[in-house]
Amino acid sequence: MTNTKTTGEKKNFLTIFYEELSKSSLTIIILSIISGFILGGILVILTTPEVYQAFGRSFGEGLSASWQIVAKTYSSLFIGSFGDPAKIKVAFASGDSTAINKALSPFFESLVVTTPYLFTGVAVALGFKAGLFNIGAEGQVQIGGIAAAWAGWTFSGLSPWVHVPLAFLVGAAVGGLWGLVPGWLKVKTGAHEVITTIMMNYVAYYLIYYLIASPFRDPEEVVPKTRWVLDSAKLYRFFPDFNRFHIGFFIAIAVAVVVWFILFKTTWGYEIRSVGKNPHASKYAGMNITTVTVVTMMLSGAIAGMAGANEILGVSWRQSQALASGYGFDSIALALLAQNHPLGVILTALLFGFLKSGSRVMQLNAGVPIYIINILQAFIIMFIAAPAIIRTIYRLKTPSVKEVSPSVASLSEKK
Amino acid sequence: MEKNTQPVRVNHFKAFMAGSRHRIMGIFFILVAVFMRLVLTNSLDTSAMTTFATNINDTAIQIPNWTFNSRVGLDVISLLCIGLGLYEFIRGFKKATSLVLGIMGVIIVLGFLFWGASGTSISFTGMLAVMVIRAVPITIGALSGILCERAGIVNIAIEGMMISGAFAGAVIGSIWGLWPGVLAAILMGMLLALIHGVLSIKYKVDQIISGTMINILSTGLTSYLYIKFLQDAEYQHLNESGFFKPFAIPLLSKIPVIGPIFFDQNLYVYAMFILVIVLWIGLYKTRWGLRHRAMGEHPKAADTLGVNVFRTRYLACLLSGAVAGFGGSYFSLGSVGRFEQTMTAGRGFIALAAMIFGNWNPVGSLGAGFLFGFAESLTTKLSLLRFPIPAELLLMLPYVITIIVLGGVVGRSRGPAVGGTPYEKESL
Repeated sequence: MTNTKTTGEKKNFLTIFYEELSKSSLTIIILSIISGFILGGILVILTTPEVYQAFGRSFGEGLSASWQIVAKTYSSLFIGSFGDPAKIKVAFASGDSTAINKALSPFFESLVVTTPYLFTGVAVALGFKAGLFNIGAEGQVQIGGIAAAWAGWTFSGLSPWVHVPLAFLVGAAVGGLWGLVPGWLKVKTGAHEVITTIMMNYVAYYLIYYLIASPFRDPEEVVPKTRWVLDSAKLYRFFPDFNRFHIGFFIAIAVAVVVWFILFKTTWGYEIRSVGKNPHASKYAGMNITTVTVVTMMLSGAIAGMAGANEILGVSWRQSQALASGYGFDSIALALLAQNHPLGVILTALLFGFLKSGSRVMQLNAGVPIYIINILQAFIIMFIAAPAIIRTIYRLKTPSVKEVSPSVASLSEKK
Repeated sequence: MEKNTQPVRVNHFKAFMAGSRHRIMGIFFILVAVFMRLVLTNSLDTSAMTTFATNINDTAIQIPNWTFNSRVGLDVISLLCIGLGLYEFIRGFKKATSLVLGIMGVIIVLGFLFWGASGTSISFTGMLAVMVIRAVPITIGALSGILCERAGIVNIAIEGMMISGAFAGAVIGSIWGLWPGVLAAILMGMLLALIHGVLSIKYKVDQIISGTMINILSTGLTSYLYIKFLQDAEYQHLNESGFFKPFAIPLLSKIPVIGPIFFDQNLYVYAMFILVIVLWIGLYKTRWGLRHRAMGEHPKAADTLGVNVFRTRYLACLLSGAVAGFGGSYFSLGSVGRFEQTMTAGRGFIALAAMIFGNWNPVGSLGAGFLFGFAESLTTKLSLLRFPIPAELLLMLPYVITIIVLGGVVGRSRGPAVGGTPYEKESL
């Protein structure tokens, strides 16, 4: 409508800028996140009894009560994830290194929370790129974790330079095995990976349950837990006195960069993307779909396994029953948000990690349960997956090129 | 010389194994039988007895408990295994393989029971009754999946719809009573299904992404509201709905063994059987069913013949949501009488597996539901027995069997042809 009007006229710079901006997918992503937060805020208002009482007194009071609860929620979320700006300022002014470390600790703790998301996000995104829906990251994380823990206490007398990579790779290898099975079944028998990976999650779950209950159990513990990993297998911590920030974060960034390099700068990566886009065309072009599928699925599992290794060797140093933490689904969400780009995953993992890390403080200060984060994630995914909704709400222009919304290999794909 | 002989030998082997997944499967069955005969039987005393208790309540006709010599029982089971294995190896069960695999699963577990319970007694009837109860959410969830997928829409949001249904059922059930609770659960499921439908039919969002989003939203929202309100002592009255008590069907419930298993249960068990029958008739014997299935196989053909693809798909989605919501209310209104955080515990995903295991057929998924239900009922029983092998490993069995079934059998017989693809109406 506006198009026909403006074509004849001379456009000024601002109009062009606005038009280009409204066509860009980055705009959609940012607006999706903002809209998610707005909806989350509305939910917080709706579920706070004090707001209703305030509205009962007068409309103005109700509005201010609504504003207060939302402001409190999001500000404590911010403080929980980045640290209190006021405290940081005071700490820097005093120049006391202990105070600075303490004030910055929430920030570093958020990075710790971000790290497993980086791994699993990259793992799922890699699968998506090849048209594979790896919903089994949860199981791969767990089985990789317990394998790394095993390697962490079994091999004694090694230097950390050998032991840490060894334990890490054992975790990755077992995670890779957990991804390899669904990949192999898919190409050999056509069994859909969504179901097989879910089943593999349960197999992993019961296997770990068994391992922790008997062979790997620390005999001194009442509640089943594995033994501690040896000091030589622990990931290096930068500020051991203040927080748990460890080198795993940088390993995860490196993995993301390596996966990006493989995907976009190598022939092999081209094959992966090509198979994901159109398996039939790739087959006629002479690519080996079988190998690509199996290897990608294995790599995806291996990277998810690293997330488990990272959590065990860097954070908890042992595995107890409660490692299950929804990485499987969260990582799907953040991979989609990043449009399956490994470097984009770094940004979305930071977003999710900081949200999750800050949510505890939010629950404490504002009385808003941490699960608001999941709701925000769901809204954001919805908006990203259906850009038409965002375009309608904000009256953005539809791009002339057909938009590629994120998608996974559909179930209809024929053999 | 080498080059000439080598391919021939490989080809010979390949020819023998070609298209013969059943041979591998047969060998697998026989290996299981050999294991049972050599390892399990030999570790037992010749005089050890296993008792299956058959009476759990005072039915009019009491029948004596079944007591077997454990070794003889195991021998019979391993012979049965070998028989099935040989037939599978030589002829193959073809279409019935997935059924036979299910039976094999039961046989294997029965074998372990003979072994584990030798010298003691286990309540056989009780175990099967629990199996039927535990099969309820899985089967109903699978039916919901069938409704959606037969119309060409993939629904992995069953888990989310069930947990929301459980929540709505518990809260409304506490306020207005059980039946309004059930209705609320159904409406809740339909609401989420509507979101799924609008996203995947109108906005053509990838159906798996849309389903994932509903799952995350549902777990998030119910957990949020649970922590914010239901955990609070002030709001306890919102989470004490009570539950449907079992009621015995006259006469039928008096039949020994069968009676307590099938005819002395609560609403949800009866509803499960009715739904399975209704859906089977609906899908295969009515005009609606034909149209519904056409959406999943060839929507364009149906469109050409004047069937409204979008309306049929929306209807399928809503029905699927209603069934899933009803199935979800089982968790709160059918078992514990209150809502607990993440109380569905992944049953929605097992339901997906049951749907595929049952080959997108209502009756088949009932069978698959029984298999998973049996596995769950084992959990409760195994701790009571002095079980010689780790229970956790046995509990892995249904999932491993599902993987084998998917890899070995269902892999070839696929689900609805266009599942997962949005329909684009051609513009003139």
